[in-house]
Amino acid sequence: MTSKPGRIVAINGNMITVQFDDHVIQNEVAFAVLGDQRLKSEVIRVRGMQADLQVFEETNGLRVNDAVEFAGNLLSVELGPGLLTQVFDGLQNPLPRLAEECGFFLKRGTYLKALSRETQWEFTPLVKQGDTVRAGSWLGSVPEGIFEHKIMAPFDLAGAWTVTSIVDKGACTVDSPVAVIASADGRTREVAMVQEWPVKIAIDAYAERQRPVEPLTTKCRIIDTFFPISRGGTYCIPGPFGAGKTVLQQVTSRYADVDIVIIAACGERAGEVVETLREFPHLEDPRTGRTLMERTVIICNTSSMPVAAREASVYTAVTIGEYYRQMGLNVLLLADSTSRWAQALREMSGRLEEIPGEEAFPAYLESRIASFYERAGAVKLHGGASGSLTIGGTVSPAGGNFEEPVTQATLKVVGAFHGLSRERSDARRYPAINPLESWSKYPNAIDEEAVQFARVMLMRGSEVNQMMKVVGEEGTSVDDFVAYLKAEFLDAVYLQQDAFDTVDAATPLERQQYVFAKVSEVLRTHFDLKEKDAARRFFLELTQLFKTWNPAEWESDDFKRIEQQINARIA
Amino acid sequence: MRKVYTRVIQIAGNVITVSASGVANGELAEVYSQRGTSLAQVIRIQSDRVALQVFAGARGIATNDEVRFLGHEMRVSFSADLLGRVFDGSGVPRDRGPALSGNWTEIGGPSVNPAKRIIPRHMVRTGIPMIDVFNTLVESQKLPIFSVAGEPYNELLARIAMQAEVDVIVFGGMGLKYDDYLYFRDTFDTQGALVRCVMFVHTAADPVVECLLVPDMCLAVAEKFALEGKRVLALLTDMTNFADAMKEIAITMEQVPSNRGYPGDLYSKLAARYEKAVDFDGAGSITILAVTTMPGDDVTHPVPDNTGYITEGQFYLRNGRIEPFGSLSRLKQQVNGKTRDDHRTIMNTMIQLYAACRETQEKQAMGFQMSAWDTKLLKYGGLFEQRMMTLSVNIPLERALDECWNILAECFEKSEVSIKAGMLDEYWPEKSRPAGGSAA
Repeated sequence: MTSKPGRIVAINGNMITVQFDDHVIQNEVAFAVLGDQRLKSEVIRVRGMQADLQVFEETNGLRVNDAVEFAGNLLSVELGPGLLTQVFDGLQNPLPRLAEECGFFLKRGTYLKALSRETQWEFTPLVKQGDTVRAGSWLGSVPEGIFEHKIMAPFDLAGAWTVTSIVDKGACTVDSPVAVIASADGRTREVAMVQEWPVKIAIDAYAERQRPVEPLTTKCRIIDTFFPISRGGTYCIPGPFGAGKTVLQQVTSRYADVDIVIIAACGERAGEVVETLREFPHLEDPRTGRTLMERTVIICNTSSMPVAAREASVYTAVTIGEYYRQMGLNVLLLADSTSRWAQALREMSGRLEEIPGEEAFPAYLESRIASFYERAGAVKLHGGASGSLTIGGTVSPAGGNFEEPVTQATLKVVGAFHGLSRERSDARRYPAINPLESWSKYPNAIDEEAVQFARVMLMRGSEVNQMMKVVGEEGTSVDDFVAYLKAEFLDAVYLQQDAFDTVDAATPLERQQYVFAKVSEVLRTHFDLKEKDAARRFFLELTQLFKTWNPAEWESDDFKRIEQQINARIA
Repeated sequence: MRKVYTRVIQIAGNVITVSASGVANGELAEVYSQRGTSLAQVIRIQSDRVALQVFAGARGIATNDEVRFLGHEMRVSFSADLLGRVFDGSGVPRDRGPALSGNWTEIGGPSVNPAKRIIPRHMVRTGIPMIDVFNTLVESQKLPIFSVAGEPYNELLARIAMQAEVDVIVFGGMGLKYDDYLYFRDTFDTQGALVRCVMFVHTAADPVVECLLVPDMCLAVAEKFALEGKRVLALLTDMTNFADAMKEIAITMEQVPSNRGYPGDLYSKLAARYEKAVDFDGAGSITILAVTTMPGDDVTHPVPDNTGYITEGQFYLRNGRIEPFGSLSRLKQQVNGKTRDDHRTIMNTMIQLYAACRETQEKQAMGFQMSAWDTKLLKYGGLFEQRMMTLSVNIPLERALDECWNILAECFEKSEVSIKAGMLDEYWPEKSRPAGGSAA
């Protein structure tokens, strides 16, 4: 890496303007030198011989004429074994090790290597001398917790290369070379287990992208049954504050049926990350029997951490996601919240004095959001395996109004929309996903026709409810009233789910199919109810029965006993 | 020997620009004008043009006034001597005590490493049932009181401060009416809390820039106490004034406004302050209780809206009462399972019934028929408002829970409240018992 000098000519918040002598690269990393500290920054605009840099730290103390060193590479992350179970900040600094080094507070200018240089990994080669490889080819593997972590040929290789040597099975550190490869025109390259990749460029070392059709089960009933997501798909959760976005994300991060979960806490409360941080190492992953932490990476750039690093954090997260996808794994990235990321863009745009778009967001907001979500996808790898990266982002619209630019730009590019509503969260109807407004374009694993029928029921119930507010219960016909009760019943026993109950919090697909069939039966059955009070009593009791059914262990005696009671009631 | 600059090339609002070199971003300077000496802080540098915000305001500054850079950033002196003292936003004593000196600590320091935080686990008892029972305040929580002007939010704040079991209170007043400042000082004084209290007060008559410094001064001091193992309660009133001060400076600096004139970094700026609330792994804690007045009772106004996304809930003060709907303590789940076994049940039951009562009230207002159940609900609502919601009610949590059972028993039959049988047997008061006397 060459280090070309420059010097500061202006400072405005976390943006500095630097006069350079030679050349700079757009999005190049640079370090502003402040005494013995080197503050990481990124080139974001060049004008003549002056470059504007966003600094990933506080700029207090910097002076005009202070030196700036350009690093010659783009903002990158380290990819290799040892990423899982870690907690990073937006620039991939491991936070627990930072705490060991600096104590209670984050210290600016301190950057640690993301991956441990000491850990020995048991390397098993998957190729032999003379084999042909290309970008992303699996050269070998090391066990990383429950996964076979594939060591891959660098993603920036062009064309076919030949393996000239590969180490034998044995322990090595991430830095030590495991293979040497040569290109057709005679260049050679050493390959180590760790490689760097610029975060803002997508890793595309796969054969082809595929349509996301395989369902991703979240074990949240309203999502899986009504608004499903697919592996490799994208979805967004907009909602006003207090509507339960973060709880929904946390529940998803626990129960989603994927191999790896990456949590990007972007500009949100530190307290929420702390919960994940302290609880995941003790929670068991039902799929593997190991702790949830072993399949999790946390990227945490909370609201009080520097804003520019917040912008970088979602890219760091998605790049790590793409890396694991290249191993043929199914990855889920949960970004909370993309609005904070968009605000970071807005702050920078303001400092650059760009012409503002709607609500002062920059004009390129939409294209940035689109290109971020487009990094999701189900892919077929060159070796024949397939992997997926699913992205779910929360959106925090100002005033809870979905008409604002970030929500609208997101809705254009995602495949499913889980809109949370204040009315539902106020009424303690969790998860507060609005069943009338939300949508999904992904295929359903549950009887499509029955779901459609239930949807119509909900719509009808909502209409009757509106009408009753005007004419009162006494002005409503018994038929209408029963339709309303059926919709309420569906809402209470199926759409609502208790995130704090050990059984009810996660409903596997098989159980959803079974229970939903039963609920559909109730919705379709014509009950002979003559008056409203009787109807109300009937549905209240039925609701109560289903509500005791939900927390009963799947196929336990309790489960069967309650089912019989239900059957007796609706027969 | 520090260089003195005498060429002010621009004055706009409270921001002056001087021609100077070798100045660090964020550095403090002293400005000597005919009105006296004021501190100023560097907020932008463009080659040799250095923009400073003048704490005392730019009024009266001459283009040839002297500006001397001090070589350090805004800081506050920290020692146990701070307790019982009152300062203004730039750290100048408001009482007759000595000026701050020595043991300086910079304000607006770096963020706490999330890996050094722990999950909050201690309840803060306030003696207010609407808080203790329904939206429990938790140590290290950051919680604003949302309110419109005219509500008794400062009284509520003072009362919580007096009754909360904490070691140190750090009070930050922003844009306070002078009367309110005196009210707080006298309340703390008469209740004997002044000795464990530090006050930083910016009144409405003081220069706007000082308002911006108040939260940082407070939280820097609070952080120091917390690192010494103290449980600190930081009170900030009113954060809307703080946001308005930021707006004023941003507009003066010709920044592009984002929403209703507020700067685009409003969220980050507010979050940087609120996120100072912390429970340190191996030291003390900071709990932040703030006031956010909502212009026009509009919760979607940028200040309450951004605040709501940052804080861990909010207390909604309306008509002199803490509203059960809209109020929220996100951390209550961490503690209310450990108080008394009926706490969560009572909390949920009471709120559900009160919600039903509100619906009935609406039905009543529209002239629909009232059933027997409706009548019961109306009676319940009245008792609930009178014995729980009224702000003057001041009882410990356990008595408040007992009182809830009494209200239920006075209005409903056992079978109507949908509480588990086991709990009913244990807590349902017999009719003959006097109010408030049921056994725990």
